[in-house]
Order: sequence, then C-alpha cells, then structure tokens
Amino acid sequence: MINMTDISKSFSGNKVLKNVHFTLEKGEIHALMGENGAGKSTLMKIMSGIYTRDSGTVEVKGEQVNFTSPKQAEEAGIAVIHQELNILPHLSIADNLFLGREETIGRTGILKTKQMEKKTRQILGDLGLDINPSDPASTLSVGKQQIVEIAKALSVDAEVIIMDEPTAALTDREIDSLFKTIRELQKRGVSFIYISHRMEEIFSLCDRITILRDGEFVGERKISETSFDEIVQMMVGRELGERFPERNSEIGEVKLSVKGLKRKDCFEDISFELRRGEVLSIAGLMGAGRTEVAQSLFGYKKLDGGTIEFDGKQVKIDTPRKAKEMGIGYVTEDRKSEGLVVDFSVEENVSMTNFAAISKNGLISKDKERKLYDTMVKRLGIRTSGPDQAAKSLSGGNQQKVVIAKWLGIEPKLLILDEPTRGVDVGAKKEIYSIINELAERGVAILMISSELPEVIGMADRVLVMHEGKITADLPKQEMTQERIMHFATGGGKLAVEDQ
Amino acid sequence: MQLKTNNQSMLQKIAPFIGLILIIVIITALNPGFLSVSNLMNVLRQVSINALIAFGMTFVILTGGIDLSVGATLALTGAVTAGMMASGIDPIFAMLLGLLLGAVLGAINGFIIAKGKVAPFIATLATMTIYRGLTLVYTDGRPISGLGDSLTFQMLGKGYFLGIPVPVVTMIISFGVLYFILKKTTFGRRVYAVGGNEEASILSGINADRIKIYVYSLLGLLAALASLILTSRLNSAQPTAGEMFELDAIAAVVLGGTSLTGGRGWIVGTLIGALIIGVLNNGLNLIGVPSFFQQVVKGAVILLAVLLDRKKTA
Repeated sequence: MINMTDISKSFSGNKVLKNVHFTLEKGEIHALMGENGAGKSTLMKIMSGIYTRDSGTVEVKGEQVNFTSPKQAEEAGIAVIHQELNILPHLSIADNLFLGREETIGRTGILKTKQMEKKTRQILGDLGLDINPSDPASTLSVGKQQIVEIAKALSVDAEVIIMDEPTAALTDREIDSLFKTIRELQKRGVSFIYISHRMEEIFSLCDRITILRDGEFVGERKISETSFDEIVQMMVGRELGERFPERNSEIGEVKLSVKGLKRKDCFEDISFELRRGEVLSIAGLMGAGRTEVAQSLFGYKKLDGGTIEFDGKQVKIDTPRKAKEMGIGYVTEDRKSEGLVVDFSVEENVSMTNFAAISKNGLISKDKERKLYDTMVKRLGIRTSGPDQAAKSLSGGNQQKVVIAKWLGIEPKLLILDEPTRGVDVGAKKEIYSIINELAERGVAILMISSELPEVIGMADRVLVMHEGKITADLPKQEMTQERIMHFATGGGKLAVEDQ
Repeated sequence: MQLKTNNQSMLQKIAPFIGLILIIVIITALNPGFLSVSNLMNVLRQVSINALIAFGMTFVILTGGIDLSVGATLALTGAVTAGMMASGIDPIFAMLLGLLLGAVLGAINGFIIAKGKVAPFIATLATMTIYRGLTLVYTDGRPISGLGDSLTFQMLGKGYFLGIPVPVVTMIISFGVLYFILKKTTFGRRVYAVGGNEEASILSGINADRIKIYVYSLLGLLAALASLILTSRLNSAQPTAGEMFELDAIAAVVLGGTSLTGGRGWIVGTLIGALIIGVLNNGLNLIGVPSFFQQVVKGAVILLAVLLDRKKTA
C-alpha cells in the first residue's frame, strides 16, 4: 500500500530522521512506536504531505509520489486523524461530516440540509453510531467525535487512516467501540497506522509494528511474533555509555516535602520528599499529570488540596512570583511558548527573572545587566553571536541553556526542569546534564520531569513514575530499569512482583 | 544571518521616518508655505494632543492591548475639571484632580482587562460608552465655560515658552520621560515582556496583571493631560470632545511600526506616526485638497503604510 524507503529529514541542521523505512500493507493495522522525539510524527507528516522529505522515496500503491501539500495526500487516499480533533463544536454533526464539501442545490450555495442529515445518519449508523445528525457536535463524547472524524476520512475515500494517540482522551468503553470500528473497516480493506504509547492496545489491535528511535529505524515485527519486553527494549535500549557525566553530590536534608497534592482532573494523592543535592525525576507518559504537578508547585496552577513544606516550613505558593522569591526556579517544558520571549535578545531574556539583581529603584543598570549576561554565557557555554542576538535565532540547545540561565541568576534552592533536553542535540544534552550535576553538587534540589527513560536512569537518584495523575512507583537508583519504568508508566502494577 | 535581521529591523524602524520626509517633500513642493516657522509651530501644536494620547497608547499596544475609551476619558476628565474650575475651586488643584481622574478611569479599564479577563477591545468599547455617557450626564450635553483666568491654565493651551507653544513643550517633555521609562526601567522592560510572551513573563515571576493596570492607567493620565490642553485652548470643555481621538492615536502607533499583537515597537515611531497624521491634516489643507477628500487620502496613507509593514515582516 505504502512503501517509504531511506527517508531523511533535518530541521535547521538537526537530523530528525535518518534513512527510515516504513511499509504498510493493504488492510493491516500497523503500529508505530518510539519515545517522544523518536521521529514518529515527522515521518507521518511526510507521509501526509505536511513536510517534504530531504531524501528517500515514497510509493503509494506502487507509484512514486511527492506530496507537497496535505491536499495531495488526501487525494491519494491518506487521511490523518490528529490528537486534537477537527470538530467544530457548535455546528451540527451533519455539518461537521460534510464540512468543505457540502451538498447544495446546483451551484447556488443553498444547502440540502435534509439530504445531508439523512446521509449522516446512514454513514454513522454503518459505523455503529446511533445519533441525531442535527444535534451540535459538542453533544457527542470525544470517542464519538473520533468516529465522526473517521467517517469524514472515509467519505473522501481514504484507504489509509493515520491515527495519532487516538485513545488518549477516551474511556475504556469508548476505546472498545473505537477498536470495533477500526476492525470492521479493516475487513473492508482500509489500512491504519496507529501511533500510541499504550502497549496493551497495540497488542490487542495491531498486526505489525515499526519502531523508531532517535530518528532511526530500529526494526519491524509481527505482533504475533514479538513480546512486550522486546518492544520496550527496542524502543529504549541503547548504550548509556558516557552520555551521562558523573556526579558527586551529597544528598542532604529535606528541602521540599509535599503531601496529598491534588488538582481536579489532573492529579491526586501526590506525596514525595526532595532533598538538598538530590536529583528526583518524574517519569511517565505525556498527559500523566507531571507538568501540572510542576506548574502547581511553582504557583502557576492552583492546587485543590494537599500541603507543601519548603525548608521545613509549611508554605502556600500561589503565584510564580512567590515561588521565585522563595528560591524556586522552573525551566518550562515548551521553551518557545513558556520559557522565552523570542523577540527579546538573549540578554533581555536572561534579565527577565533577575530584575532585582540588575536594577535599582526601577532603573536597569546596563553594566549589571551585561555582567549577568557575561557570567551566564560563560558558565553555561551558551553560543551566541552577542548579547543582542534574538533568542529566536538560537539553536534549540542554546535556547534551552538561556532558559536555564534565567533561573541560575536567582541562585535557586530548588530547580524544576520540565523535559530539559527535548529537541536538543546530543552534544548539548550532555552539557545540560553537566549543568544539572553541577547544580546538585552545589546543593540545589533538582526535580526533573522527563519522558526519556535513558535520561531518567542516567541522571536521577530516584524516580517517581506517574500514570493518569497518580504516582504508581517510587524507585531508587538501583531499582530503575527502563522496562520497569515503562511498565509503571503504562499503568501496569504486577510486573514488579514477577520481576523479583 | 544576525546582521541581516539587524538590518531588517533597522530598516523597519526608519521606514516611518522616510515616509514622513517624503510626505513633507511632496507637500512643500506643492506649497512652499508649509515650511514657514509659523506653520510648522502650528502643525506641532495640532499634533501635540494626539501625540500625548498616542504615547500612552503605545504602552497599551506594546502589552498586546488596545484602548478605545481614551476619547471619552478625555471628554469626561475635561468636563469634570472645567466643572470644578467654573465652580471656583482652585484651578491647579482642579487640574491635578482631573489628571488623577484620568489615571483612575484608565486603571478601571486595566482592572477589567487584567482581573476580569475581558478582551481589551470589548472592555474599552463598553467603558467608552460609559465614560461618554457620564460626560453627557455631567454636562447635561452643554459646553462648560467661564473657567476663570488662572495663568497656569491659560498657558497650558495657549502659552509660549522660549517661542515654542507650551503644548509642544509638554509633548516633548512627556516624550522624553516616556522614552526613558520604556528604554531604561524595569517597568518598560516588563511592558515589552508581557506583550512579547505573557505566559513566559508570568512564569518568570512578572506580575502581568499589575503591568496591564499600570499601562491603561498611564494612558488615562495622558488623556487627561491632553484634555487640559484642549480645554485651555478652547477655554471651555465640550461634551463631544475627543470623539475619534482613539482612532487617530491607534493610527499613529501603527504608522510608527508598533505591532498590534504586542511586544514589538518603539515610542519614537509613534511620535513620527503622530507627525505624519498632523502633517497630512495640515498639508492637505494647504495644498487645497477638499476637506471631504482629505479623509480618503489619510485613510489611504495609513493603509499603504500598514501594507508595506506587513510585507517587510512576512
């Protein structure tokens, strides 16, 4: 059906896909797995015409194609259902289904509403959905909206449907009915590419699996001939080697102690302690509630319950400003939207958290500002063309260092790092690890959220694993394995016992 | 690469200035009388009121906001100040109260926008109506005159200082102070930061709500200052004063190259933008463009400038 060979793609010099292969047979459900940043979504975006490849060939039904727009891919029968659904909630279900190709009386633009509603009822009925087509789409559950999206794809004669984490927001029952729909369509010859982190789903639904890691093709297996363990190993297994520099930090007294933290619909029952000089990692899948815990600790999101003790004193942190004054820094997950003012220069970005140090009576001292910039550039090895370089023109790794630099100026006692090396190349990664180590050695307590298991194992003294808003494991260094963390992160609970 | 972006932003910065020169050259070619000292003073005096408001509007727009209520704020503060002066209250005290009222009206806008999370356009559209309505209620729809002969008050709109009209001096001093604030103070830096990336600013410990309240308050204060100048020049407060002033101010800011989405721009551009509008108003008269047609030309110039600006940033 689809045959992709030797696909490579770089973004601003950063190679995100290296000679990747992918084949899809007619009527199969093919899983695509890999860690965050492994290149899955880039590969799918190339397949669906959003990106163009740098090299390699793509064949659809034996014919070589060069999609330059999503429209072309759609015409070739490839449809994508994104994690965020393209449903217009205020329009009716029928309007959504026929969006962009409405049936009209001649060319007048007058809608044949009755006819479209009738067809909608029929099409969705075929997929096992019994609904009133004139109801607003917002009355459907997320699961049913997803089926409307599938119906939309089918009505433009899609033969390949790419689904990106379709079950992330679904209940178990909705997942069952979604799977039933997918299998039904499979019998009619529709092929699916199924991207998911949920191992159980892949084993119950898919026929074959392709695994990517760091932008490279690792392997392809028949689901019936592989195992949970093999896949996890293929996904995460690589030599740790020298990637993680050594750390000699002395773990001291308890710096942060939280009990029973709760935020509605995000997380609950979060309790842990973090000590001076310790690197505590929070692992888990996207959407497990890790970032929300960090944001709540930093006063950016409200807590609905629980207590926080900092330096032995019970505290209430309700604004980032307060967190900062207490000596807490937060290196955000998304540096462009939360970490940097991209139009600001590097120097101005560094200054943003450090006005107290560089100003007097509200007047910025240019000398002090420059001195702070110089110190940080030297300390973190930030490569810029000068203090006035715009932050947006830096590489990912250097941008990340700027975000870290913002917080080093306040001499933090606790530094929260959310995915500190996402989208950062290997060399800069190691530099960031060294910075983290140096901070821990100085006695800073580090809370590091990461989806990269090697990073967690290489860096953390202890790891908390979160799954759907709860802590499912608290593992000391000697008990960390990628398989175990992945197991707890996907909601498993028994493997640990069998392990021992 | 870096050099290129610098050149681009430099060009972007001087483009309004080139535009101003171009307009002056064309007008002078058609009527050399434009460049006479007395006419230039006249232009500057006409510009000063719009410029003061536009300076404040620059701060607001830099945070990513907008304020449609400034014209009404000007009318209300002018009316209340004039009312106090007409009833015999010490004129200087009355003027200070007028300035304070302007700041308070602006702060109300800021508060609704920051704490109430109402879109600035809608919030100030509503307060525009309210402030204008209050002006009409207060004045009963009639001008307030008989403002006494306080020298300070008379000087404000009609006086000269070293041969320069006092409104122009006021404008220049305000410009200097505001330029300094934007360029050299933490407050100025925070204004840019909030407009550039509000989320990142809050996550850096900046109190974005407070910054917003301050900038609207500052704009209110400047509108009140403009109202004092206007009231002094007319020797009366008109209930319909300041209608459409908000649009001239926004036009000046945009002509000056400040981005309506916030975070990018500078107050020097706004001064030039205000000058472009003032020169057009004056020059089109001088070269005999019929007054109804002048509006068409003004609108076209603004449109052209913004289109060129879009092209550069695209």
